[in-house]
Amino acid sequence: MDGPLVQVSGLKKSYGSIPALRGADLEVRAGERYGLIGPDGAGKTTLLRILCGLVVSDGGEVRVLGHDPVTETHKIKDGIGYMPQRFSLYPDLTVAENLRFFADLYRVPAAQRESRTARLLEFSRLGPFRDRRAGALSGGMKQKLALSCTLVHTPQLLILDEPTTGVDPVSRGEFWDILDELKAEEGVTQLVTTPYMDEASRCDRVQLMYQGSSLAEGSPAEVAASFPGRLVRVYTADPYAAAGSLKRTGKFQSVQLFGDRIHVVVEPAQAAVPGVMAIVAQIRQILEQAAIPFTDLHEARPDLEDIFVQRIGEITND
Amino acid sequence: MSAIKAENLTRRFGKFTAVDAISFEVEQGEVFGFLGANGAGKTTAIRMLTGLLMPSGGDAWVAGRSVRANPRAIKQVIGYMSQRFSLYEELRVEENLDFFAGAYNLDRETSRRRKEEILEQFGLEGVRRRFTRSLPLGWKQRLALGSALLHHPRILFLDEPTGGVDPLARRTFWDTIHDLAAGGATVFVTTHYMDEAEYCHRISIMNKGEIVALGSPLELKRQYGKDTIQEVFVQLIKSTG
Repeated sequence: MDGPLVQVSGLKKSYGSIPALRGADLEVRAGERYGLIGPDGAGKTTLLRILCGLVVSDGGEVRVLGHDPVTETHKIKDGIGYMPQRFSLYPDLTVAENLRFFADLYRVPAAQRESRTARLLEFSRLGPFRDRRAGALSGGMKQKLALSCTLVHTPQLLILDEPTTGVDPVSRGEFWDILDELKAEEGVTQLVTTPYMDEASRCDRVQLMYQGSSLAEGSPAEVAASFPGRLVRVYTADPYAAAGSLKRTGKFQSVQLFGDRIHVVVEPAQAAVPGVMAIVAQIRQILEQAAIPFTDLHEARPDLEDIFVQRIGEITND
Repeated sequence: MSAIKAENLTRRFGKFTAVDAISFEVEQGEVFGFLGANGAGKTTAIRMLTGLLMPSGGDAWVAGRSVRANPRAIKQVIGYMSQRFSLYEELRVEENLDFFAGAYNLDRETSRRRKEEILEQFGLEGVRRRFTRSLPLGWKQRLALGSALLHHPRILFLDEPTGGVDPLARRTFWDTIHDLAAGGATVFVTTHYMDEAEYCHRISIMNKGEIVALGSPLELKRQYGKDTIQEVFVQLIKSTG
């Protein structure tokens, strides 16, 4: 179809007295991968459920593939594939039987069934395991099978709710390689939520949600560039001790841990070059005095995780 | 005495060896990251260490108590937070704490005092009357950790405590872990977030039932010539099949 596959404006939904969405907006264009990020309770899952027609909103506009997901569910069902956080595979069925079951459910024509199944087993690298029971697959392989079942009817729009939670780093990388192939080779539009900011960086556009509406939207680079102020980064073998000594001085607006890196935020007011140089010198002095070894102390470009921690941290500390 | 010591700890299910003779020691006050691929045997190992599953071979000692000889005695000295937080969704926040205080046999006065301390420590006072099912995931996670701490355990087992948790809530959670360790508690934790692996004093990486690497994050990065634990992990898992 022409135009955006998903159009949402001013969407509202409350559960009892608790608002989940307070005027959410979203537009997903054909062929793109769109990521929703935000803290727990931001409304991401509720939004996806409304798009699939599983939850009825309290107000606002929703169009999925040009249709109303509640009154015209039958018109969008064939066009979307939805993988919820806990996808129900049949543990007693084999990989191939699960695929066949979902093909039946979606009434995939017999003529297409075999080639589609073969294609999905190839995509997911599950071919060698086609006769293994789903219950005996590892966590990463279960997610790949769930994805394959979601794709069995060749949907235009794939909706994924935290598909890699609980998946190890190797399988997680493989899962995202599959999403890349799907996008490049089949042009499947993808809408995904994730708590992993490295995954969010692999989206064409992202939206940072908080308490049911949007805080920021754009390409990962655009959203990261909206970072207020600048950033100094230092690598250390003892991140907790280093962050502790930097925080204790009270001289910095924000000191955040990123694995073996520490990010120190330079406020917008100080963000001119001399301000940044002064912060670098202060950090050097503090760490040297505390005898904490460090390397690579320099200014760095903020990424999505910096924005997340900064924006959400600011709001929740107020 | 080590807080945790495993010697050739093994578990077989029929012909399948889930945990294959693993050995390691964890010191009191240490934050030990127990990493591995999906299906590597981490959860099986934790179930043995917490006295929930009898080993097929070898033994482990937790606070000096053998998991073979005395699995029940272990439960009194440890706190355990499982992958799917074992909270009662239909109970209110404070009722969950009351329930776990009862399960740990705390007397009435201690239960009341510890409940208030935990509510305050984890910022849950404002939601004490809320039903647990209505809480966002990050709050449930804090309640689950609080419930595991009611009886002042000296050794904590945390199985993927931050799975699906957002970047800010994960940082707050790790600050708490380090506060607990600074207070002398031993923390044995699994995670799939490789940045969190850097926050551990030492880590082990498990694949196919065996520990394939063990050391401080810095030692492992040097040993494998990598910049990040993520890269070390990927290389080890791919090279060991």
